[in-house]
Amino acid sequence: MNIEAIVFYLFAAILLIAALRVITARNPVHAALFLVLAFFTAAAIWMLLRAEFLAIVLVLVYVGAVMVLFLFVVMMLDINLDRLREGFWSYLPLGATVGVLMVIEMVLVLGGKYFGAEQLPSPADPGPGYSNTKELGRLLYTDYVYPFELAAVILLVAIVAAIALTIRRRRDTKHQNPAQQVMVKRADRVRLVSMPSEKKGG
Amino acid sequence: MNFTMPNLLPAYPEICLLIMVSVVLVVDLFLPERLRYVTYALTQLTLAGCALLTLNVAYLTEGQVAYTFSNMFVADLMAHALKLGAYIAVSTTLVYSRAYLADRGLWKGEFFALVLFALMGMMVMISANHFLTLYLGLELLSLSLYALVALNRDSALSTEAAMKYFVLGALASGLLLYGMSMIYGATGTLDISQVAKSIATAHPNKTVLTFGLVFLVSGMAFKLGVVPFHMWIPDVYHGAPTAMTLLIGSAPKLAAFAMAMRLLVNGLLDLAVDWQQMLVIMSVLSMALGNLAAIAQTNIKRMLAYSTISHMGFMLLGLLAGVVNGNWLNAADAYSAAMFYVVVYVLTTLGSFGMVMLLSRAGFEAENLDDFKGLNARNPWYAFIMLLLMFSLAGVPPTVGFYAKLSVLQPLLAADMAWLAVAAVLFSLIGAFYYLRIVKLMYFDAPTDTAPIKPNLDMSVLISVNGLAVLALGIMPQSLMALCYFSIKSL
Repeated sequence: MNIEAIVFYLFAAILLIAALRVITARNPVHAALFLVLAFFTAAAIWMLLRAEFLAIVLVLVYVGAVMVLFLFVVMMLDINLDRLREGFWSYLPLGATVGVLMVIEMVLVLGGKYFGAEQLPSPADPGPGYSNTKELGRLLYTDYVYPFELAAVILLVAIVAAIALTIRRRRDTKHQNPAQQVMVKRADRVRLVSMPSEKKGG
Repeated sequence: MNFTMPNLLPAYPEICLLIMVSVVLVVDLFLPERLRYVTYALTQLTLAGCALLTLNVAYLTEGQVAYTFSNMFVADLMAHALKLGAYIAVSTTLVYSRAYLADRGLWKGEFFALVLFALMGMMVMISANHFLTLYLGLELLSLSLYALVALNRDSALSTEAAMKYFVLGALASGLLLYGMSMIYGATGTLDISQVAKSIATAHPNKTVLTFGLVFLVSGMAFKLGVVPFHMWIPDVYHGAPTAMTLLIGSAPKLAAFAMAMRLLVNGLLDLAVDWQQMLVIMSVLSMALGNLAAIAQTNIKRMLAYSTISHMGFMLLGLLAGVVNGNWLNAADAYSAAMFYVVVYVLTTLGSFGMVMLLSRAGFEAENLDDFKGLNARNPWYAFIMLLLMFSLAGVPPTVGFYAKLSVLQPLLAADMAWLAVAAVLFSLIGAFYYLRIVKLMYFDAPTDTAPIKPNLDMSVLISVNGLAVLALGIMPQSLMALCYFSIKSL
């Protein structure tokens, strides 16, 4: 067994344990943190497969953005754990069936004569200095520049649509205008009233 | 690293549009409510500029087919003609919608941006020569349309329509993508011209190809709105604000036609035997269900929605008559007839939904058939225009709708499908009932609503031109027919 295989099995074991803990951890914050660990280990396995771009994206997008949001949500919501655990046994048969079906499907696809491991020879060693991030970027900005730009336009539509559909100018919000606040003069806030002095005990 | 700059010339209209959408978006941010007409003027100027650029590209490429962006983009005569049609349809939609939307507080900057984005999606679809760009164009169009339908977010009806449209549209996109992935699996390419070449020479696995084709045709049928994928049409047409209904019902039909041509004719012509059978079933069912269900409607928007279904079914007749027993001598006639039919349908739809908006006013939607009662007594000119439009939809000579139906039936007879032609004529006869019912309501019933009809000058001029164009093209259809013929010939 070479060093690569040892590292792979190490990461795979961590990944499996982390994934199991995601669904078994009692504390939702712990579960979310284990999910972060699972993503991170999966990224490491991708790195072993020389897919460093995917690994970086997984860490940046899922660990860096999605999971942080997830943690915020979990911490802010007061989740009643006992309510969530209710009905575990009644859902188990269906869940187990779905799980077993998925395993069977994966075996059929991965072990079959069309898609099996021997049908997909590992790609030739691209040699030192090869960067698949660079290659992806090259393709994306040359051959596929037109669909790439279109995808960007679709994102712009999503932004415009989301804002157009959700922004509400509510009348009852007590928002402040900072410029007005800075420009305020003493005369606007304090009114000096001159009153005649009165005698004590009058 | 060798990078050759793609030839940008054929894509000038798209590039101009993208720049102008960004300008419209930013400029509108700084405009107060009362200066909204600046955004409107900019949008109309953009459309005019794109039209000029398209003509210019057609002139500079001398009508030749031009590919660019590594063959993902194609500019041929059909693309130029359909794009020009889309500009005119969108521009007309904007003119008709102005008063209607302003009355309902929807005359906002986002409206213009989303309309222009939708137009861009159509242009990308029309010029697509690659499954990827076709799909991206479709999504760009659909996403903008979903947002436009939901723009009137305080109306429960519009929100419901948007939700249905969104869910069913997403399903259709899924079907289309699944079909594309199957075809990719069989041929190993996403490039539409390469797909055609691969099917003709490499003889890929027929089962996988046909399997993919079924999903491809289903996804396309969803977008065209033909039976059995028509469920969204009546609800969306009814629920959306009429201006958005007009937008959905007009220009996107041109893009959907282009999509059908690119996929079925450019890409999968060798599988014509397989897809023609599917089109026959969908076409007959659409004509039957569309025409029969339209009779039962009391809401004119729903009625026109069912009429759309039947018209799209009729258009499919043109697409399926192209290839007979592996012989495509008939193809140019049949496909140009289908294109003529779509263009005429869009022209007539613009007018009929325009009339619905013309009769509506602040706080009142003229969407029931009863609202058309006695229109002749209220305003004989608009009643006459509506008469022309309804005659054209029913296919009564001398309006252009008659020639559209005739030109589709001719290749159908040439293709030895007489029973289909007979069925089409029978269903059109049934359909004539509900179009003529509107004419009867306008001319022979007493008005229930006596409010004066006071449209803006631009709208009243344009809707008159629109109605008269239906008549004029009916008397002289040759030029438009020739345009369609040469467009299809250039493929």
